[in-house]
Amino acid sequence: MSDFINILLLASPVILIAMGFIIGKVIESRHFRSLAQREAGGGPLLTNLKYLPDGQTPQATKFCIGGVVIASDYFKTFGAKLKSLVGGRLRTIETMLERGRREALLRLREQAAEFGADVVISIRLETAVIMKNKQGKSYPAAEVIAYGTAVRTTANDNI
Amino acid sequence: MAIYLSNTEQVPGYKVTRQIGLVSGNTIRAKHVGRDFMAGLKTIVGGEIKGYTELLTEARQEAISRMSDQAERLGANAVVNVRLSTSAVMSGAAELFAYGTAVVLEAEEPQQ
Repeated sequence: MSDFINILLLASPVILIAMGFIIGKVIESRHFRSLAQREAGGGPLLTNLKYLPDGQTPQATKFCIGGVVIASDYFKTFGAKLKSLVGGRLRTIETMLERGRREALLRLREQAAEFGADVVISIRLETAVIMKNKQGKSYPAAEVIAYGTAVRTTANDNI
Repeated sequence: MAIYLSNTEQVPGYKVTRQIGLVSGNTIRAKHVGRDFMAGLKTIVGGEIKGYTELLTEARQEAISRMSDQAERLGANAVVNVRLSTSAVMSGAAELFAYGTAVVLEAEEPQQ
Protein backbone atom coordinates (compact mmCIF):
# COMPACT_ATOMS: atom_id res chain seq x y z
CA MET A 1 0.00 0.00 0.00
CA SER A 2 2.72 2.45 0.92
CA ASP A 3 4.56 1.27 -2.23
CA PHE A 4 1.67 2.54 -4.31
CA ILE A 5 1.83 5.87 -2.53
CA ASN A 6 5.57 5.99 -3.04
CA ILE A 7 5.15 5.42 -6.79
CA LEU A 8 2.51 8.10 -6.87
CA LEU A 9 4.82 10.41 -4.97
CA LEU A 10 7.74 9.71 -7.31
CA ALA A 11 5.64 10.04 -10.45
CA SER A 12 4.41 13.54 -10.00
CA PRO A 13 6.30 15.57 -7.44
CA VAL A 14 5.46 18.85 -9.10
CA ILE A 15 1.72 18.23 -9.08
CA LEU A 16 1.90 17.06 -5.49
CA ILE A 17 3.89 20.07 -4.37
CA ALA A 18 1.39 22.34 -6.09
CA MET A 19 -1.53 20.47 -4.52
CA GLY A 20 0.11 20.62 -1.12
CA PHE A 21 0.77 24.31 -1.51
CA ILE A 22 -2.74 25.29 -2.60
CA ILE A 23 -5.02 22.84 -0.79
CA GLY A 24 -2.73 22.68 2.23
CA LYS A 25 -2.78 26.44 2.55
CA VAL A 26 -6.58 26.58 2.35
CA ILE A 27 -7.00 23.82 4.95
CA GLU A 28 -4.43 25.40 7.23
CA SER A 29 -5.86 28.90 7.18
CA ARG A 30 -9.35 27.50 7.74
CA HIS A 31 -8.03 25.52 10.69
CA PHE A 32 -6.25 28.55 12.21
CA ARG A 33 -9.42 30.62 11.86
CA SER A 34 -11.47 27.93 13.56
CA LEU A 35 -8.87 27.63 16.35
CA ALA A 36 -8.86 31.38 16.99
CA GLN A 37 -12.63 31.47 17.04
CA ARG A 38 -12.97 28.59 19.47
CA GLU A 39 -10.18 29.83 21.71
CA ALA A 40 -11.93 33.16 22.03
CA GLY A 41 -15.05 31.32 23.19
CA GLY A 42 -13.73 30.94 26.74
CA GLY A 43 -14.17 27.96 29.02
CA PRO A 44 -12.62 26.42 32.10
CA LEU A 45 -9.29 27.69 33.40
CA LEU A 46 -6.41 25.51 32.20
CA THR A 47 -3.36 24.97 34.38
CA ASN A 48 -0.63 22.43 34.79
CA LEU A 49 -0.38 23.00 38.54
CA LYS A 50 -1.53 20.16 40.74
CA TYR A 51 -3.62 22.37 42.98
CA LEU A 52 -6.83 24.28 42.63
CA PRO A 53 -6.63 28.07 42.76
CA ASP A 54 -7.12 29.46 46.28
CA GLY A 55 -10.63 29.87 47.51
CA GLN A 56 -12.26 27.12 45.48
CA THR A 57 -13.82 23.98 46.87
CA PRO A 58 -13.90 20.88 44.67
CA GLN A 59 -17.24 19.24 43.95
CA ALA A 60 -16.51 16.56 41.35
CA THR A 61 -13.64 15.54 39.12
CA LYS A 62 -13.25 13.85 35.77
CA PHE A 63 -10.22 12.66 33.83
CA CYS A 64 -10.33 14.27 30.37
CA ILE A 65 -8.27 13.65 27.25
CA GLY A 66 -8.10 15.63 24.03
CA GLY A 67 -6.21 14.16 21.11
CA VAL A 68 -5.54 14.82 17.45
CA VAL A 69 -3.42 13.30 14.71
CA ILE A 70 -2.08 15.99 12.42
CA ALA A 71 -0.13 15.75 9.19
CA SER A 72 2.01 18.19 7.28
CA ASP A 73 1.33 18.80 3.59
CA TYR A 74 3.61 17.78 0.76
CA PHE A 75 4.81 21.27 -0.03
CA LYS A 76 5.80 21.95 3.54
CA THR A 77 7.46 18.57 3.89
CA PHE A 78 9.46 19.28 0.75
CA GLY A 79 10.42 22.68 2.12
CA ALA A 80 11.46 21.17 5.44
CA LYS A 81 13.62 18.58 3.70
CA LEU A 82 15.38 21.32 1.73
CA LYS A 83 15.83 23.39 4.87
CA SER A 84 17.27 20.49 6.80
CA LEU A 85 20.14 20.36 4.32
CA VAL A 86 21.39 23.66 5.68
CA GLY A 87 19.88 23.33 9.14
CA GLY A 88 18.09 25.89 11.21
CA ARG A 89 14.51 26.54 12.12
CA LEU A 90 11.90 24.42 10.33
CA ARG A 91 8.98 26.80 10.44
CA THR A 92 6.70 24.59 8.38
CA ILE A 93 6.89 21.75 10.89
CA GLU A 94 6.51 24.21 13.76
CA THR A 95 3.14 25.34 12.43
CA MET A 96 2.00 21.72 12.13
CA LEU A 97 2.79 21.03 15.77
CA GLU A 98 1.30 24.34 16.86
CA ARG A 99 -1.97 23.41 15.15
CA GLY A 100 -1.89 20.01 16.81
CA ARG A 101 -1.26 21.36 20.30
CA ARG A 102 -3.88 24.07 20.10
CA GLU A 103 -6.44 21.61 18.73
CA ALA A 104 -5.68 19.04 21.44
CA LEU A 105 -5.95 21.66 24.20
CA LEU A 106 -9.23 22.92 22.76
CA ARG A 107 -10.67 19.42 22.67
CA LEU A 108 -9.61 18.90 26.26
CA ARG A 109 -11.24 22.17 27.21
CA GLU A 110 -14.43 21.35 25.30
CA GLN A 111 -14.66 17.99 27.05
CA ALA A 112 -14.13 19.64 30.43
CA ALA A 113 -16.74 22.29 29.63
CA GLU A 114 -19.23 19.55 28.75
CA PHE A 115 -18.66 18.08 32.20
CA GLY A 116 -19.33 21.52 33.65
CA ALA A 117 -15.81 22.00 34.98
CA ASP A 118 -14.46 25.34 36.15
CA VAL A 119 -10.79 24.37 36.25
CA VAL A 120 -8.64 21.75 34.54
CA ILE A 121 -5.58 20.98 36.65
CA SER A 122 -2.38 19.03 36.05
CA ILE A 123 -2.47 19.27 32.27
CA ARG A 124 0.15 17.26 30.43
CA LEU A 125 0.92 17.52 26.73
CA GLU A 126 2.46 14.69 24.84
CA THR A 127 3.53 14.17 21.25
CA ALA A 128 4.13 10.86 19.53
CA VAL A 129 5.14 9.99 16.01
CA ILE A 130 2.90 7.12 14.96
CA MET A 131 3.28 6.88 11.20
CA LYS A 132 6.28 4.98 10.01
CA ASN A 133 6.80 3.11 6.80
CA LYS A 134 8.55 -0.23 6.46
CA GLN A 135 11.96 1.35 6.20
CA GLY A 136 11.39 2.97 9.56
CA LYS A 137 11.26 6.41 8.00
CA SER A 138 8.58 8.49 9.62
CA TYR A 139 6.09 10.72 7.85
CA PRO A 140 5.79 14.28 9.04
CA ALA A 141 2.69 13.49 11.07
CA ALA A 142 2.27 13.40 14.81
CA GLU A 143 -0.28 12.60 17.44
CA VAL A 144 -0.67 15.27 20.07
CA ILE A 145 -2.60 14.59 23.24
CA ALA A 146 -3.49 16.84 26.14
CA TYR A 147 -4.85 15.35 29.32
CA GLY A 148 -5.78 16.66 32.72
CA THR A 149 -8.20 16.45 35.61
CA ALA A 150 -11.32 18.56 35.17
CA VAL A 151 -12.72 19.87 38.45
CA ARG A 152 -16.13 21.31 39.15
CA THR A 153 -15.78 23.81 41.97
CA THR A 154 -17.71 26.21 44.10
CA ALA A 155 -16.12 29.45 45.24
CA ASN A 156 -15.76 29.97 48.97
CA ASP A 157 -17.72 33.00 50.05
CA ASN A 158 -15.65 33.68 53.14
CA ILE A 159 -12.42 34.45 51.28
CA MET B 1 -18.73 0.85 40.84
CA ALA B 2 -16.93 3.35 38.71
CA ILE B 3 -13.26 3.90 39.32
CA TYR B 4 -12.16 7.48 39.85
CA LEU B 5 -9.41 8.58 37.56
CA SER B 6 -7.15 11.52 38.10
CA ASN B 7 -3.75 12.56 36.88
CA THR B 8 -3.00 14.46 40.08
CA GLU B 9 -1.50 12.76 43.11
CA GLN B 10 -4.37 13.85 45.31
CA VAL B 11 -7.98 13.93 44.19
CA PRO B 12 -9.42 17.27 45.27
CA GLY B 13 -11.98 16.71 48.00
CA TYR B 14 -10.75 13.21 48.85
CA LYS B 15 -7.92 11.75 50.84
CA VAL B 16 -5.91 8.64 50.08
CA THR B 17 -6.35 6.10 52.85
CA ARG B 18 -4.49 3.18 51.32
CA GLN B 19 -2.00 2.81 48.49
CA ILE B 20 -2.32 -0.43 46.56
CA GLY B 21 0.35 -0.05 43.91
CA LEU B 22 1.09 0.48 40.26
CA VAL B 23 -1.53 -0.61 37.75
CA SER B 24 -1.29 -0.39 34.00
CA GLY B 25 -3.18 -1.18 30.85
CA ASN B 26 -2.08 -1.35 27.26
CA THR B 27 -3.36 -2.13 23.82
CA ILE B 28 -1.72 -2.31 20.43
CA ARG B 29 -3.82 -1.33 17.46
CA ALA B 30 -3.25 -1.39 13.76
CA LYS B 31 -5.26 0.53 11.23
CA HIS B 32 -6.71 -1.22 8.23
CA VAL B 33 -5.27 -0.74 4.79
CA GLY B 34 -8.03 1.57 3.57
CA ARG B 35 -7.41 3.95 6.41
CA ASP B 36 -3.66 3.81 5.84
CA PHE B 37 -4.22 4.71 2.22
CA MET B 38 -6.40 7.69 3.15
CA ALA B 39 -3.81 8.77 5.70
CA GLY B 40 -1.12 8.54 3.01
CA LEU B 41 -3.18 10.82 0.80
CA LYS B 42 -3.70 13.18 3.70
CA THR B 43 0.05 13.73 3.99
CA ILE B 44 -0.15 15.42 0.58
CA VAL B 45 -2.57 18.15 1.60
CA GLY B 46 -1.93 18.18 5.34
CA GLY B 47 -4.35 18.62 8.18
CA GLU B 48 -6.04 16.35 10.66
CA ILE B 49 -6.19 12.61 9.95
CA LYS B 50 -9.61 11.91 11.45
CA GLY B 51 -9.48 8.12 11.01
CA TYR B 52 -6.35 7.89 13.12
CA THR B 53 -7.63 10.33 15.72
CA GLU B 54 -10.73 8.19 16.23
CA LEU B 55 -8.80 4.95 16.27
CA LEU B 56 -6.32 6.19 18.86
CA THR B 57 -9.05 7.71 21.02
CA GLU B 58 -10.91 4.39 21.10
CA ALA B 59 -7.72 2.47 21.77
CA ARG B 60 -6.78 4.81 24.60
CA GLN B 61 -10.15 4.26 26.24
CA GLU B 62 -9.49 0.53 25.98
CA ALA B 63 -6.09 0.90 27.69
CA ILE B 64 -7.62 3.02 30.43
CA SER B 65 -10.46 0.58 31.03
CA ARG B 66 -7.97 -2.30 31.31
CA MET B 67 -6.07 -0.29 33.88
CA SER B 68 -9.31 0.46 35.77
CA ASP B 69 -10.29 -3.22 35.71
CA GLN B 70 -6.97 -4.17 37.22
CA ALA B 71 -7.38 -1.55 39.93
CA GLU B 72 -10.88 -2.78 40.69
CA ARG B 73 -9.68 -6.37 41.01
CA LEU B 74 -7.11 -5.19 43.55
CA GLY B 75 -9.82 -3.55 45.61
CA ALA B 76 -9.08 0.05 44.75
CA ASN B 77 -11.70 2.68 44.10
CA ALA B 78 -9.46 5.12 42.27
CA VAL B 79 -6.38 5.41 40.12
CA VAL B 80 -4.33 8.53 40.72
CA ASN B 81 -1.34 10.07 38.94
CA VAL B 82 -2.41 8.55 35.63
CA ARG B 83 0.05 8.95 32.77
CA LEU B 84 -0.53 8.14 29.11
CA SER B 85 1.95 7.28 26.44
CA THR B 86 1.86 6.33 22.78
CA SER B 87 4.57 4.61 20.80
CA ALA B 88 4.91 3.22 17.32
CA VAL B 89 6.17 -0.32 17.77
CA MET B 90 6.03 -1.37 14.13
CA SER B 91 4.92 -0.05 10.80
CA GLY B 92 1.22 0.71 10.90
CA ALA B 93 0.64 -0.11 14.56
CA ALA B 94 0.67 1.95 17.71
CA GLU B 95 0.78 1.00 21.34
CA LEU B 96 -1.34 2.95 23.76
CA PHE B 97 -0.28 2.64 27.36
CA ALA B 98 -1.83 4.02 30.52
CA TYR B 99 -0.43 3.64 34.01
CA GLY B 100 -1.14 4.98 37.44
CA THR B 101 -1.29 4.18 41.14
CA ALA B 102 -4.30 2.32 42.47
CA VAL B 103 -5.50 3.72 45.79
CA VAL B 104 -8.43 3.70 48.15
CA LEU B 105 -10.00 7.12 48.52
CA GLU B 106 -12.27 8.47 51.19
CA ALA B 107 -14.28 11.66 51.00
CA GLU B 108 -12.81 14.39 53.15
CA GLU B 109 -14.89 15.95 55.87
CA PRO B 110 -15.90 19.42 54.73
CA GLN B 111 -13.67 21.94 56.48
CA GLN B 112 -15.39 24.36 58.77
